[in-house]
Amino acid sequence: MARGYSAPLMMETRTRLAFRHRHLLGIEDLDPDEITLLLDLSDDYAERSRERPAKLDMLRGRTCINLFFESSTRTRTSFELAGKRLGADVINISVAASAIKKGETLIDTAMTLNAMHADVLAVRHSSAGAVKLLSEKVNCAVINAGDGSHEHPTQALLDALTIRRRKGHLQGLLVCLCGDIAHSRVARSNIHLLQTMGARVRLIAPPTLLPPQIERLGVEVFHDMRAGLTDCDVVMMLRLQRERMQGSFVPSVREYFHFYGLDYDKLQHAKPDAVIMHPGPMNRGVEIDTAVADDIDRSLIYQQVEMGVAVRMACLDVLSRDPFESNP
Amino acid sequence: MSVAPQPTAYVNARLIDPASGHDGLGALLTSGTKIAALSSEPVPTDLPDGTRLIDCGGHVLAPGLIDMRVQLGEPGAEHKDNIASISRAAAAGGVTSVVALPNTDPVIDDIALVEFVARRAREVKLVKIHCTAAITRGLRGEEITEMGLLRAAGVLAFTDGTQAVANALVMARALEYATTFDALIIQHPEEPSLAADGVMHAGELSTRLGLPGIPAETEIIMIDRDLTLAAMTGARYHAAHISTAAAVERIRQAKADGLSLTCDTAPPYFALNELAVGDYRTFAKLSPPLRAEADRQAVVAGLADGTIDLIASDHTAQDQDSKRLPFDQAEPGATGLETLLQLTLELVHNGSLSLIQALAKLTCRPAQLLGLPMGRLAVGTPADLVLFDLDRPGKIDTEQFHSKSKNTPFEDRLVQGRILRTIVDGRSVFESPDS
Repeated sequence: MARGYSAPLMMETRTRLAFRHRHLLGIEDLDPDEITLLLDLSDDYAERSRERPAKLDMLRGRTCINLFFESSTRTRTSFELAGKRLGADVINISVAASAIKKGETLIDTAMTLNAMHADVLAVRHSSAGAVKLLSEKVNCAVINAGDGSHEHPTQALLDALTIRRRKGHLQGLLVCLCGDIAHSRVARSNIHLLQTMGARVRLIAPPTLLPPQIERLGVEVFHDMRAGLTDCDVVMMLRLQRERMQGSFVPSVREYFHFYGLDYDKLQHAKPDAVIMHPGPMNRGVEIDTAVADDIDRSLIYQQVEMGVAVRMACLDVLSRDPFESNP
Repeated sequence: MSVAPQPTAYVNARLIDPASGHDGLGALLTSGTKIAALSSEPVPTDLPDGTRLIDCGGHVLAPGLIDMRVQLGEPGAEHKDNIASISRAAAAGGVTSVVALPNTDPVIDDIALVEFVARRAREVKLVKIHCTAAITRGLRGEEITEMGLLRAAGVLAFTDGTQAVANALVMARALEYATTFDALIIQHPEEPSLAADGVMHAGELSTRLGLPGIPAETEIIMIDRDLTLAAMTGARYHAAHISTAAAVERIRQAKADGLSLTCDTAPPYFALNELAVGDYRTFAKLSPPLRAEADRQAVVAGLADGTIDLIASDHTAQDQDSKRLPFDQAEPGATGLETLLQLTLELVHNGSLSLIQALAKLTCRPAQLLGLPMGRLAVGTPADLVLFDLDRPGKIDTEQFHSKSKNTPFEDRLVQGRILRTIVDGRSVFESPDS
């Protein structure tokens, strides 16, 4: 099949040889070469997205479906834009709670979509493992756009790309993840990715927001934010859901911000060139002080959004390639 | 009226009676519904005329299994299992007495339901089906049931089945009131407020999978509370499906201190650990959840030293619609009637238990606890028997299951031991097709 893809031939060959997965369900399944390959390709797409016109055509005639069982604006928009920039036809499906009440199950939904012959599905679901279950029932590539508290692989890839572009490398960096680790798929994917790529990971949170035996994943755990931030290169803040702020996990927003909110006072314990990241959407004044979030020298929050589109382009591209297609 | 079965001699059998510790070649004669004679001669010469001979080929003839925890499905969930399918599954599993949990819809909390189950069991007429009844009406954990009337109607014990009686005052009253009728109270030992919305064992794996965990402590907390209440009231207390090392140790200590309590476990808790959940396998979603490897080992040790008195299957049929779901939404439970004996025999083959010990936990121990006359090879007791090949290798094949549901975490597991024949009241209710 002829393709409009104009990237260097080397890259395409390498990609096809090295990325052997049919789906992207989690970072835990990937090895360092696969991660590097996705990051290199994403980097390339990040540059091309800045050119005008940004639109490419390697996914022309392909159909990408964004299937969201949980509401999301950013991630869905990012996938939509990524698909469109590659020339794909993109369809968004939001499966509201009402459809579930009507009795349609996840498997029914999968079979319905299967009959529509999509090429790539990006799926978000509130249950851990649901995206994997769906991937077993469909005939197309599936990207996990977040499953419960399990994984959010494209988020970890975009975080890594953002860090790599700023710091030049991931190996040897000290990265702190702060906040609600227990309920965070972003945290799990980031822990896997950063450790696989040779970075050190520290977690900073009150014990109520840490899942059991998390230290067995090879991370260092701190309950004191100042001690945890000491000498770190990257500070990744995590969102604290509103329903967890009022006494069930932490006593109050006031107390949480006092001990775990990122402000300049706590940040001074990190390295002077430490950067600040947040997967969004931010709760200003809960986990992060507005002045820190908006610090253009240190906050990479908007670069993360930009890299998100590039990473999703790379993932859509890699997963929609035909592994048996011969190289011209 | 049914015709009394023809006198039958099971000759050339390895007779094992766990109650007396007897294990030797011999023959067993049944007459009508009872065991009429036992002989140490493999082929007795003085058999009455007209006796049918069944050559056991040197295989084990033991009392039929008594499974004290089975979910019937009927009434309320007949699409998952019903009394007929349960009876066939039990017969195929060597289980001659099934003890039903009250978790039906409607709940078995009234003598009308007990009579309904008894009538259906009579109609099906394969294995014996006994009932436990709810401790609290509607399993709501609030008001206690009519224990005296239920006991008189034949209920063997009281339990809220798959859920714990959480309220300490209600549990104290239930234990206290049960002493009037010397009734056994069986608890699902899990502190629900700590288990919360957990769906698997809390630990490294639940953290990796991003699933909410059920801490091991949920079990010991409830057992501690109940032991205190049982000591206070003097009631007969039994803890169901022990799954954690901490609980095994606490019960061992309580027994050493002279407290009278009993407990059981189910095959998944000695044959599997949390890793069976793997990549969100809902067939491995159980209640209590599969625990860590150290817990599994402690359960095996508890079985070996007698801390854990007996083994029940925890048979819980779930149809595809209840299991083909994201892990947190799937229903818990696994079928167990048709794998109970083979999985228990694993403990014999791997040297953890002697054959007599293992069979005792499936026969005479539950009979003693529940006050049933069977579970022994003794003249005059019901001729409820199982004949099995101890060593025959095989594979657990859900296609062969008689239960309406196939939800087992043991599919394709290699096992040793095959049931050749199951006898209830002197009548063969199952014969292996290739025996």
